[in-house]
Amino acid sequence: MELRSKIPSGPLEKKWDKHRFEMKLVNPANKRKHTVIVVGSGLAGGAAAATLSELGYNVKCFCFQDSPRRAHSIAAQGGINAAKNYQNDGDSIFRLFYDTIKGGDFRAREGNVYRLAQTSVNIIDQCVAQGVPFAREYGGLLANRSFGGAQVSRTFYARGQTGQQLLLGAYQALEKEVSKGGVTMYPRTEMLDVVIVNGRARGIVVRDMVSGAIETHLADAVILGTGGYGNVFFLSTNAKGSNATAIWRAYKRGAAFANPCFTQIHPTCIPVAGEHQSKLTLMSESLRNDGRVWVPKRKEDCAKAPNAIPEADRDYYLERKYPSFGNLSPRDIASRAAKEVCDEGRGVGPGGRGVYLDFGDAIKRVGVDKIAERYGNLFEMYQRITDENPYEVPMRIYPAVHYTMGGLWVDYNLMSTIPGLHVTGEANFSDHGANRLGASALMQGLADGYFIVPLTIGDYIGSTKLEPVAADHPDVQATEAAVRDRVNKLLAVKGTRTVTSFHRELGRTMWEYCGMARSAEGLRKALEIIPKLRDEFWRDVRIPGTGAELNQSLEHAGRVADFFELAELMCLDALHREESCGGHFRVEHQTPDGEALRDDEHFTYVAAWEFAGEGKPPVLNKEPLVFENVALSQRSYK
Amino acid sequence: MNLTLHVWRQTGPDTNGTMERYEARDVSPDMSFLEMLDVVNEGLVEAGQMPIAFDHDCREGICGSCGMMINGVAHGPSKGTATCQLHMRTFEDGASVYIEPWRSRAFPVIKDLVVNRGALDRIIAAGGFISAQTGGAQDANNIPVAKQDSDDAMDAAACIGCGACVAACPNGSASLFTAAKISHLGALPQGQPERNRRAQRMVLQMDSEGFGHCTLYGECQEACPKEISIDTIARMNRDFVGSTVAAREEKALGGTG
Ligand SMILES: Cc1cc2nc3c(=O)[nH]c(=O)nc-3n(C[C@H](O)[C@H](O)[C@H](O)COP(=O)(O)OP(=O)(O)OC[C@H]3O[C@@H](n4cnc5c(N)ncnc54)[C@H](O)[C@@H]3O)c2cc1C
Ligand code: FES
Repeated sequence: MELRSKIPSGPLEKKWDKHRFEMKLVNPANKRKHTVIVVGSGLAGGAAAATLSELGYNVKCFCFQDSPRRAHSIAAQGGINAAKNYQNDGDSIFRLFYDTIKGGDFRAREGNVYRLAQTSVNIIDQCVAQGVPFAREYGGLLANRSFGGAQVSRTFYARGQTGQQLLLGAYQALEKEVSKGGVTMYPRTEMLDVVIVNGRARGIVVRDMVSGAIETHLADAVILGTGGYGNVFFLSTNAKGSNATAIWRAYKRGAAFANPCFTQIHPTCIPVAGEHQSKLTLMSESLRNDGRVWVPKRKEDCAKAPNAIPEADRDYYLERKYPSFGNLSPRDIASRAAKEVCDEGRGVGPGGRGVYLDFGDAIKRVGVDKIAERYGNLFEMYQRITDENPYEVPMRIYPAVHYTMGGLWVDYNLMSTIPGLHVTGEANFSDHGANRLGASALMQGLADGYFIVPLTIGDYIGSTKLEPVAADHPDVQATEAAVRDRVNKLLAVKGTRTVTSFHRELGRTMWEYCGMARSAEGLRKALEIIPKLRDEFWRDVRIPGTGAELNQSLEHAGRVADFFELAELMCLDALHREESCGGHFRVEHQTPDGEALRDDEHFTYVAAWEFAGEGKPPVLNKEPLVFENVALSQRSYK
Repeated sequence: MNLTLHVWRQTGPDTNGTMERYEARDVSPDMSFLEMLDVVNEGLVEAGQMPIAFDHDCREGICGSCGMMINGVAHGPSKGTATCQLHMRTFEDGASVYIEPWRSRAFPVIKDLVVNRGALDRIIAAGGFISAQTGGAQDANNIPVAKQDSDDAMDAAACIGCGACVAACPNGSASLFTAAKISHLGALPQGQPERNRRAQRMVLQMDSEGFGHCTLYGECQEACPKEISIDTIARMNRDFVGSTVAAREEKALGGTG
């Protein structure tokens, strides 16, 4: 497989402008004749669907929730980055670019990341024009806060509900286009396959989740904005429905999957409370602006009430180890540091898997009211879940799976290795390298959705001869039949174990062997366990009911079946990458003081895995990463 | 703790439902309400029965997917709390819990506790937006917004579109939902050009969807997991009346040349 990134030539700052000029355009009168399918109504899908319709395309948009407004982007709390430099604190497009490249541990493409930083400023303008109620200062101007991995204040926010407000902006734009007839919305509809005709993506096969009907939708181009795959770990901060099915089906039809093992473990989540736990709750990174992270210096103190431990007996380990970034160290680093102190036996709370996030000093400094104004809803959420009052006792937090940097490989046009299949947002691999900085996912989703893919789709359609595809084309029929077979096969197992029990077991295996710290030995073990568990799943899963009704067990089973296969690829990728970088930490590769040790000589590439057929090992393709504008260095936050 | 559940079971939109009784055993007070239902569902599947269908996704009280009547109260007993954030420690050991779907003419039941809330999307489509086409927006700080206005907008914008207000209202009105969006956009300078048209179109759409009229019972505000204030309804009424008074014939867009 040939991987052509199609990064435009010329200086970094001119690439996107140059490309925009060189791209083909579609005559306004012709756009209506072209249908574009957008799977996903989150920031990356919803923004693309709305914008493509504004441009004149005929858009069909799909989501599995009952309304596009419920896409998982709604749950983002903390904020969105943009290089506005409104604070005059030294920010610039180049600095945001640099921070993102460095934050990603030098495993992302310069060209894409620079474009992201450039576009960030337009996003804020666009969102304000739509009425997104970002936080403001008394003078009426926009307010900013700081996020991890940056020393400037460039994060825009709407209380603790930034994702909600940005998504509602995109959703409202989408509904505006629905009312004009440019977008047809298909909620409660799950995509189960991509239709490929003559080597191009020409449609999708979906299941209507209410009636169970399986149908094909044809189009000139397809966009997947279907989100991340963190739920392969069962417990994560993702919404329960978040899944990998759309991108996994595309992978099996020929789209390369890039860096599947790059997973982000977020340092500040509410620790696991018990066996019944169904998901983990994030406490926004913005809390680290004011909260101080610590554990007792001595193991013996761990069982004591935190307020009874005097200052001198506390270890503010992030401030100690990383004095210049302190509590705002990047996520991968903060997560590993938490694991380390807990492994030493200095963790707090049930099972010793927790560290304190303490607002005592901040409350003394600025007062309870100010803290309540900044984080009120987060504090409330914490108290509701744990029954503890964080204004009085420090929060307990622990790392949890949060985001997946890996995803389908795309070129500069956000097109996968299947022509006509574009991928946006968390579903692609493009901009965050081996570790994403806080507040950069919302930025990427909206950059892709509002500003990039609507143009590159035009270039694709304008430069490609797209013959009409008949609904009874053999390739269309074969794809639809394959989907039916798979659904029937799942229903026919009629075993004894619930889908959830399999998902939980898979998740535990992944967390143990492919989580925060990975070793060759552990990964090999996982690669033995997972196929066995998968076989058992296909022999013994129990799905009550039929396919011709709303059947939540069936939906879940289809997703878990795909997670099994993806999990294996993640372990393979983690095993092959004999270095540590960002969120990928191989215990064999660390510096004497326990930091990630990259191997730039051998691993400065994107690993793009290609499906080679059932039962055959996937093929590894490499896209070398070239750095012309930044020097590779060991990432230091000390 | 142990609980006795009485749950509405309905196989499809056109069938009659019934209340069924289930025993929930060994419930931990730290579980969320939905985790308790997960455990009951695992038991049902193991016993070869259909699990109870309910909508849920984020389980953080923000997506608005979840929602059920719990002992006759939308989202259950805790104020300002969506069903997914309700914890079992709020219930007494041995209690009976009655669980039903949202009841409203405009929200037909799909299955068990799952209802069709598509009407809410159509109200937004009617006018719940600012027409700002992508691209061409001016610099964000060229539109200063008084902090108070921005805070008011945010208070109203916090609506998660769950439909609890409708379910709680004796008239089945969607006024709080509609008013929240009208208030969010109407509080901002960017929202002014379309303010009248927005109120007009959203209110008419709401009426056409089969929601009841608002007679200011105030139950909606009590049930709202985001505690949206009923004051927003006054604003909606003002804008709606204003739009009727100020109604001018709309000229068609564009020229002929
Ligand atoms: C708790 C939490 C807090 C976060 N906070 C922040 C933050 O403060 N700042 C930040 O920058 N990032 C944050 N993130 C990350 C960020 O929210 C996500 O990465 C981003 O919103 C993903 O957007 P998306 O559009 O790519 O996907 P999503 O929003 O996940 O949307 C996926 C869409 O695809 C649809 N879909 C998926 N599969 C199918 C299928 N098979 N068929 C049909 N439809 C399908 C879904 O219905 C949905 O509409 C946070 C993430 C979490 C979990
Ligand atoms: S599941 Fe999202 S609000 Fe309850």
